[in-house]
Amino acid sequence: MLLIHCPYCRMARPESEFRYGGEAHVVRPAEPANVSDADWAAFLYMRANPKGIHAERWRHVHGCGRFFNALRNTVTDQILRTYPAGTPQPALDAHAEDGR
Amino acid sequence: MAGLHRTNGGGRIDRKKRLSFTFDGKSYEGVAGDTLASALLANGVHLVGRSYKYHRPRGILSAGAEEPNALVAVDRGDGRSAPNLRATQVELYDGLVAESQNRWPSLAYDVGAVNGLFSPLLAAGFYYKTFMGPRLLGSNWAWHKIYEPLIRRAAGLGKAPTQPDPDRYANGFAHCDVLVVGAGPAGLAAALAAAESGARVILCDEQAELGGSLLSEWSIEIDGVPAAAWLAEAVRTLAASPRVTLLPRTQAFGYFAQNFVALAERLTDHLAKPEPSAPRERLWQVRAKHVVLATGAIERPVVFPDNDRPGIMLADAARTYVNRYGVRCGSRAVVVAACDSGYATALDLRRAGVDVAMIVDPRPSGGSAVSGAVKAAGIAVETGATVIATRGRQRVSAVQIGRATSGTWVRCDHVLMTGGWTPSVHLFSQSRGKLAWDEAAQAFLPASVAPGQSQRSVGACRGAFGIAAALEDGFAAGGEAVGWAARARDFKVASDVADFSGVLGASNPGAHESKAFVDFQHDVTVRDLKLAAQEGFRSIEHVKRYTTTGMATDQGKTSNLNALAIVADHLGKPVPAVGLTTFRQPYTPVTFGTIAGASRGDLFDPVRRTPCDGWAQAVGAVFEDVGAWKRARHFPEGSEDMHAAVARECRIVRSAVGMFDASTLGKIEVVGPDAAEFLERLYINPFQKLGVGRCRYGVLLNEAGFIIDDGVIGRIAADRFHVTTTTGGAARVLNMMEDYAQTEFPELKVWLTSTTEQWAVIAVQGPKAREVLAPLVEGVDLDATAFPHMSVKAGRICDVDARIFRVSFTGELGFEINVPADYGAAVWEAVWREVQKHGGCAYGTESMHVLRAEKGFIIVGQETDGTVTPDDVGLGWAIGKSKRDFVGLRSLSRPDIVRSGRKQLVGLLTADPKLVLEEGAQVTAEAKPRVGTPALGHVTSAYWSAKLGRSIALALVADGRARIGARLNIPMPSGDVSVDVVAPVFLDPKGERLNG
Ligand SMILES: [Zn+2]
Repeated sequence: MLLIHCPYCRMARPESEFRYGGEAHVVRPAEPANVSDADWAAFLYMRANPKGIHAERWRHVHGCGRFFNALRNTVTDQILRTYPAGTPQPALDAHAEDGR
Repeated sequence: MAGLHRTNGGGRIDRKKRLSFTFDGKSYEGVAGDTLASALLANGVHLVGRSYKYHRPRGILSAGAEEPNALVAVDRGDGRSAPNLRATQVELYDGLVAESQNRWPSLAYDVGAVNGLFSPLLAAGFYYKTFMGPRLLGSNWAWHKIYEPLIRRAAGLGKAPTQPDPDRYANGFAHCDVLVVGAGPAGLAAALAAAESGARVILCDEQAELGGSLLSEWSIEIDGVPAAAWLAEAVRTLAASPRVTLLPRTQAFGYFAQNFVALAERLTDHLAKPEPSAPRERLWQVRAKHVVLATGAIERPVVFPDNDRPGIMLADAARTYVNRYGVRCGSRAVVVAACDSGYATALDLRRAGVDVAMIVDPRPSGGSAVSGAVKAAGIAVETGATVIATRGRQRVSAVQIGRATSGTWVRCDHVLMTGGWTPSVHLFSQSRGKLAWDEAAQAFLPASVAPGQSQRSVGACRGAFGIAAALEDGFAAGGEAVGWAARARDFKVASDVADFSGVLGASNPGAHESKAFVDFQHDVTVRDLKLAAQEGFRSIEHVKRYTTTGMATDQGKTSNLNALAIVADHLGKPVPAVGLTTFRQPYTPVTFGTIAGASRGDLFDPVRRTPCDGWAQAVGAVFEDVGAWKRARHFPEGSEDMHAAVARECRIVRSAVGMFDASTLGKIEVVGPDAAEFLERLYINPFQKLGVGRCRYGVLLNEAGFIIDDGVIGRIAADRFHVTTTTGGAARVLNMMEDYAQTEFPELKVWLTSTTEQWAVIAVQGPKAREVLAPLVEGVDLDATAFPHMSVKAGRICDVDARIFRVSFTGELGFEINVPADYGAAVWEAVWREVQKHGGCAYGTESMHVLRAEKGFIIVGQETDGTVTPDDVGLGWAIGKSKRDFVGLRSLSRPDIVRSGRKQLVGLLTADPKLVLEEGAQVTAEAKPRVGTPALGHVTSAYWSAKLGRSIALALVADGRARIGARLNIPMPSGDVSVDVVAPVFLDPKGERLNG
């Protein structure tokens, strides 16, 4: 079981308190009516599936209830950073994967 | 003396405490401190099992968790039967009842040994070649009818118990600074160092006693005292530290991310009369800041022909039996030592009175340091030779020692072999650490710790062999774990073995490689492995699956490295080029009880019951599961079956009045100045202009435009809505609302609260509904004009504050009374008394389904399946026409949604009115469609309608609305059924009853 740091509760909590929410930073178009069929289909269905760092949404569903984003390495399963929803994806420094 | 083969003194047993036990029905005696294996050996019993495929007689190979052969079933009665236990780990208690496995009718005369005759058929890949490709054998009749059933029955391990497990299992979470796995010299030293700093330490070990290899040491001295005295002092020190937890009988079996380690503690299996209420095992889930793995090493067998006869064992196991348990495994031994540790074994056996006929060392120059002591003891040493054949039916009686194909026979009654030591890197590998091949050690050793883990391997499991090295390595790691930079300690160890190197792979199997066993538990031989390589398998992962080597319950603890070396040798590649198979949890088998803990029976899954549940139970309702809820399905009277009860309930609702427990409906309170705007953006319906006190039937889509939920939404105040959802959708809808409120529309001031369990909901439906409620309510005018359909009022009922909705899911005049859950049962009974006065009844979910289907009301998840739009089910009218956006709107104009030919909701009437269709049945145009003809759609709901006196059905049919009036077909196995397509409303299409 992973420990996940909730950026709102500011503490690491067990994975079982959280629910996965899919890829982060997928922006819903402000004016869907003006979006082409192709772009709308991409918004609905096209998702990244990287080997390595993945920005993804989590919800502290059995805690504060808030949605937030996490950077997770899909190879090592390490969550390297968590940050509030609506804030930009942070840059990772070179030592982020040391596990500290 | 308990057992003829017991020494007179020494060891860690209590010779005065006699324990009686049975094995295969025969009585024996052992002593306190014995394992089942040591007690059997003390009685001269070597034959303890039959092998998996060939049913060859097998004896005890090892003295620990790695045992592949000596698997037994222990029966404690009352369903307490545990199969596949390693006799080497079963602690003896008075009255223990053990049985051997995989033999019939008895161990000594096993019919299944005939499998040995089929051994050419059972070679590598036989599962694939025979079971999956029967034609390879030519005429396959005999195979299917005779051989395969025979082999399948004969091959196998223990039998699972058939009764429920009566035992209780505990579960605990623990946190510590340092978790030390393994209490041998390295682990003890690590725990001592960490404990000295005051850190919280957990030290676990799979054995009953802490000490690991020190428990089997006879002559070694540590810091000037005998090993046993040093061990006792170390354990005393640790036990006296309040921040140290010692867990003997505790196997660390899984190492997961972020230093999360699972331990299984055996609590009562070693007791003759355990406290009946005591848990049998406990699962520890430990989160450690730092983990020290001190898991030791496992001795490798030597691979020579017929190396599996009972009496042929690992050398260090024999040393453990004689030093720790005071048991001589025989009177005359041949030691096959490809590692110096075998020489130490020979000396210890000689000291205990065993006649050591010879040491055979396959290494050309033999052992180094200890060989002098062996020669001084007068033991003959033959170097550069090995065993080329063995004799003995149920126990080895002689071995042939030679260099090629000829040699001399030496009489013996046990053979002790050591091919060297394989570091136990299982847990390290489970932690995703990277292993690297170490050429000098001829072993895979921990190379780099996985990111996110804080961990060190110490002692033999990382190639630091010998007691002095293990102590020093462990002490340094234990100190480092608590932040001591360089606090080393020297340990003075006398008579330590210095060189632990050995040999890998086959030891001159010659022409008999089909009988040179590598994996004892799965009967995999040198020949099987070579065959796999010859047939083109190159990766060890493929060889493993093809030959099943390493795939038995022991996961190849004694065999994997030999198998790897044999394949590498055959392919002419270095060992690391062939790869290494994955180490998987659990390290040793773990009971399902330990994993499940308390989560079984009633506690397996939470059950949700409504406030009115007790009443429904008392009147004999029949319940069904809806998600985690128990819902009353129908209320049978007398001997009514469901069909009769539902027909009666429906008739009474239509003619008088019925009451229904709707408390399971999901309920969300949506509050805030932007509440209306929020709902406007989520649901397809308009909400801004909905008046206070009015309700709307809301339909919720996902962004792809498909219906995912529905429910009535009432406006309680300008800034407050009472939203209802489907029973199963409550959590999903709240999660979706939170998602949009937090991440898409954070600018909206809106707050969401689940109120599902705060309200009890009593639906009162039928022409007499108003009369039922009139005497009970206060401050609410129930008159049709004052309180029209689709409105909500706050008021009181039975002196309780209530929200009363005038809504109908039956098509009748109806109300839904919401009262605080704590008053639900009392209000239900008050309403029930009024309902009875009007000849009414309680109705369940089955009648609710029929009543709504008569009106053509959909159920999300029944008429919809995640690919259905509002227009598909005739709900296009609900869409707010002036809305610029809501969740899913854009998708409703996608090409696939606006094309013709989409499936649409229609009603179906069978030509035979008595026939009720099957839900899920396919709808076709022709009566007898050709195979492969695509269906036009399917039946979503089908019921008997008592009101209409005939069957009705709802269906999704391509271009359904254009087909109204047409005749279609339902092909069924019993024959085609003709149906007429009609509008999906069977009763009161104008809604006169509901507006009454
Ligand atoms: Zn939180």
